[in-house]
Amino acid sequence: MECEGVVSGVRMGESSEEVHVLAVDDSLVDRKVIERLLKILACKVTAVDSGVRALEYLGLDQSDAFVEGLKVDLIITDYCMPGMTGYDLLKKIKESSTFREIPVVIMSSENILPRIDRCLEEGAEDFIVKPVKLSDVKRLKDYGVGGRINKRKLPDTTELDLSSSPPSDSSSSPSISPSSPPVIDSPIQRLKMTTTALD
Amino acid sequence: MEVGHQVGQMQRQWLDYTRSLFIELQDDNNPDFVVEVVSLFFQDSHKLLNDLTIALDQKSVDFKKIDAHVHQLKGSSSSIGAQRVKNCCIAFRNFCEEQNTDACLKCLHQVKQECCLVKNKLETLFRLEQQIMAAGGSIPMMELSF
Repeated sequence: MECEGVVSGVRMGESSEEVHVLAVDDSLVDRKVIERLLKILACKVTAVDSGVRALEYLGLDQSDAFVEGLKVDLIITDYCMPGMTGYDLLKKIKESSTFREIPVVIMSSENILPRIDRCLEEGAEDFIVKPVKLSDVKRLKDYGVGGRINKRKLPDTTELDLSSSPPSDSSSSPSISPSSPPVIDSPIQRLKMTTTALD
Repeated sequence: MEVGHQVGQMQRQWLDYTRSLFIELQDDNNPDFVVEVVSLFFQDSHKLLNDLTIALDQKSVDFKKIDAHVHQLKGSSSSIGAQRVKNCCIAFRNFCEEQNTDACLKCLHQVKQECCLVKNKLETLFRLEQQIMAAGGSIPMMELSF
């Protein structure tokens, strides 16, 4: 009986060990890739193609309806989607008393600082510039694990320092770990690194 | 083994096109994953390129719509590591912003060519790999050069 602090109803079974990620992206190619990356890291993945579907899945489409047995540890969403953007989805999730504590990560192919700031201010855990790499997903998984062990407090007690060990195999992400300084620094740092690494 | 050598070479060339895809996503348990994703990309891009051709052919060109299509193509090509396709898309979007139909047409032509190149390389690579496997050999491991 290990899941204290899990946000909504938990069905105890062998899958309670796995980090369950809800991935939201309108691009089929990107959904496949992120799904694959997450599965390589032994996560359970539910992939949907829009913010609306994500809300349906969470039971948020009609006023915070409780979905029996639903356990989501992390939400990863694309920013640019037709209809509801990732930002809109983020807001809806953070407005929900049931789900506001689930870490939400935004992905975007565009490296636009005001956009990133806006998402972080709205409560996003992190912001990843596409294309998503395995090293990115490794870090993200830690958010999902962290979210399960400890209920997130409001943004000012910010650091995810509850996972006792930093990411074990950060092959291509040198100095960045979730337990480093305020969250706002690490995505920006990583962006700069990503930009230089891309050529 | 000569074919193995060829495959090694193809793989290195293919790295220019797909970098992380092979390195990060393929493993023994799921060797078909790359084929699956790249096939999806080609289906996707085929449709997008058609839509773009039609859109640029209109009397009154809807640059917003074109930009949206190119954005999509840029995204998926980037995800599978098709750098050259992606770079074409970046230029394409700039011309959309300028509402320059002629330049857009040139870009479209170029993007089509780049997609073809990617497709050909991949098909050749897979064919070679199959030959090796049929001959009982093993596929050379991809080298990480960056």
